[in-house]
Amino acid sequence: MTEHGAEVLTAENVTKHFTASRGGRFGRRRPPVRAVEDVSLSLSAGRITAMVGESGCGKSTVARLLAQIYPPTAGRILLHGKQIGRTRDYRRQVQMVFQDPFASLNPFHKVYYHLARPLRLHGHARTRAEVDEQVAALLERVSLTPVEQFAHKLPHELSGGQRQRVAIARALAVRPVALIADEPVSMLDVSIRLGVLRLLEQLAREENLALLYITHDIASARYFADDILVMYAGQLIEQGPAERVTDDPAHPYTRLLLSAAPDPDRIEAPADAGTDHGEPPSLISPPSGCRFHPRCPVALPTCSTVVPGRAEVADAHWTSCHLYDEARVDA
Amino acid sequence: MSRVLSMRGLSVDYLTGTSPVHAVDDVTLDLRRGEILGLAGESGSGKSTLANAVARLLRPPAMVTAGEVLYHPADGEPVDVLRMNAKALRRFRWRELSVVFQSAMNSLNPVATLGAQIDDTLRAHDNTLSTSDRQDRATELLRRVGISADRARSYPHELSGGMRQRAAIAIALALNPEIIIMDEPTTALDVVVQRDILAEISALRAEYGFAVVFITHDLSLLLSIADRIAVMYAGRMVEVGAARDVHDAPSHPYTYGLLHSFPRLRGPREELLGIPGTPPDLRDLPPGCPFHPRCRFAVDACAERTPSIQEVHSGQFAACLAHDAGAYHGPVPVELSGEGSGR
Repeated sequence: MTEHGAEVLTAENVTKHFTASRGGRFGRRRPPVRAVEDVSLSLSAGRITAMVGESGCGKSTVARLLAQIYPPTAGRILLHGKQIGRTRDYRRQVQMVFQDPFASLNPFHKVYYHLARPLRLHGHARTRAEVDEQVAALLERVSLTPVEQFAHKLPHELSGGQRQRVAIARALAVRPVALIADEPVSMLDVSIRLGVLRLLEQLAREENLALLYITHDIASARYFADDILVMYAGQLIEQGPAERVTDDPAHPYTRLLLSAAPDPDRIEAPADAGTDHGEPPSLISPPSGCRFHPRCPVALPTCSTVVPGRAEVADAHWTSCHLYDEARVDA
Repeated sequence: MSRVLSMRGLSVDYLTGTSPVHAVDDVTLDLRRGEILGLAGESGSGKSTLANAVARLLRPPAMVTAGEVLYHPADGEPVDVLRMNAKALRRFRWRELSVVFQSAMNSLNPVATLGAQIDDTLRAHDNTLSTSDRQDRATELLRRVGISADRARSYPHELSGGMRQRAAIAIALALNPEIIIMDEPTTALDVVVQRDILAEISALRAEYGFAVVFITHDLSLLLSIADRIAVMYAGRMVEVGAARDVHDAPSHPYTYGLLHSFPRLRGPREELLGIPGTPPDLRDLPPGCPFHPRCRFAVDACAERTPSIQEVHSGQFAACLAHDAGAYHGPVPVELSGEGSGR
């Protein structure tokens, strides 16, 4: 087993551009969508890293790049420091849980089949008895008991939360070292989200998994994650220990996100009526310089021309913002 | 404050299969003039069905089986919306009550410009306006919700999600209605856009004085915008009260559980209690109180008697046996008593 805190999965300067096929007017090539630009991050064993951002900021693309569902345009994905192709061996170590448990399970197959298949394909169980035993253990692991009852249900007989638990059990079946959960609870009812998040947290701790929790809900990121990564328009803009990022955010975008999140303890009603904070930019022709500058309340003249580098604001807490230029690590 | 809409014993069934499903069961609720009433509940709790019943938008197999919905005009006698004939209903809709649906993407016409859609609405409901009046009104409405006037010539696909939702609100405002029902108006939007739209709704309400029924599954969002909150569970109203009271001192165990289910953005990382189990199947509800299998305070009587909603503090109502001295032996759990349960 990997030592706790050791780097497991690393992305080095990863970029992903999506090109539309040449179906444009008069067969012209369309400009690419710059979904992810120069993203570097690493996941460590037993630690939960949350990635926060609005829809379209590229967080799901990063998840898929890390799981090597598609290859990056540039940059490298390293597992235990080594570049491994999109092989079965890689799949055995890095698994994904998707947002929509209604779409990620095959409606024609029983729970048993969904769990038995990865066990067989990856050679963890060979005989029927072994499969039975391990399927039962997996279901127990995700608290779907009584096991015999759940193993023979079809996905439509389960609630959303139960389906998501099956998806998690399926990811665990191959005994991965890293798990990427892309908005695992956003489709679930409020009263059952907590249970699924707790399960993920417990698995990360007990199985020493490196867990990436992707979410748009910064409050849940603060609660469940050790570290928070903030993404905007395809780039990482801030990273730090979870409570530091939420209690003392450095980047103006992180501050905007936090002020916009619903907070029942904040008594006054939304007072900034009539202000329009704008919306994220198009990724086909993103703004020059810092991609946040057109929406930034404290933008400097240099922001529209120069891409900001990473600046250390505190121990293990960095941001990409010209406001912190004197603290630049790469200057 | 005077009422603008009151639901009395409203029940809606879905007539499918062998036995009807009670999607809304005996709901009594008042909407006061000019307030924002938050209607919270999980999927399948009946909140959208209730709203559709009020707007007379239900289609078979859904059917109102009991109750009335009284509309109280500013001057004149209350009228039962459920008994209106086609002509009266046409006058009622949009002039008195309008609706903003969850997905503006689907509620706007993709092949008509924004200006044309506002114009259609005005022409259909007010034939006294001239063409130039309608144009002026359309420009004014768009400006009022924060869309520049030249966007009147845009088609919905040319707008972002937030702009489309603003446009849907502009259309709902077209005839200055007394009541606007907003069914998950910000659920598909990002938090920053969501916050801007909520601020816009609050400002417009202050300016025009309409009442809002704001439907959402997100209780934390309601606490910051609503004046009062109504919580539904399995088709029944389980708690109604002022937003602050519901937040500080919930009196129904379900509300209590919901408030302890979402993490806080500030303060220490406290333990979250959550709610065990899963929402019930409406076709097969547990006997007695439908929440009792998931309730941390349930006693034996909860499986036998269905509690009716009653006032537990001034202006705060809950449907829970814990507040019924005859049925719940022993003291009311301190978490629900309104003392020391504030977070």
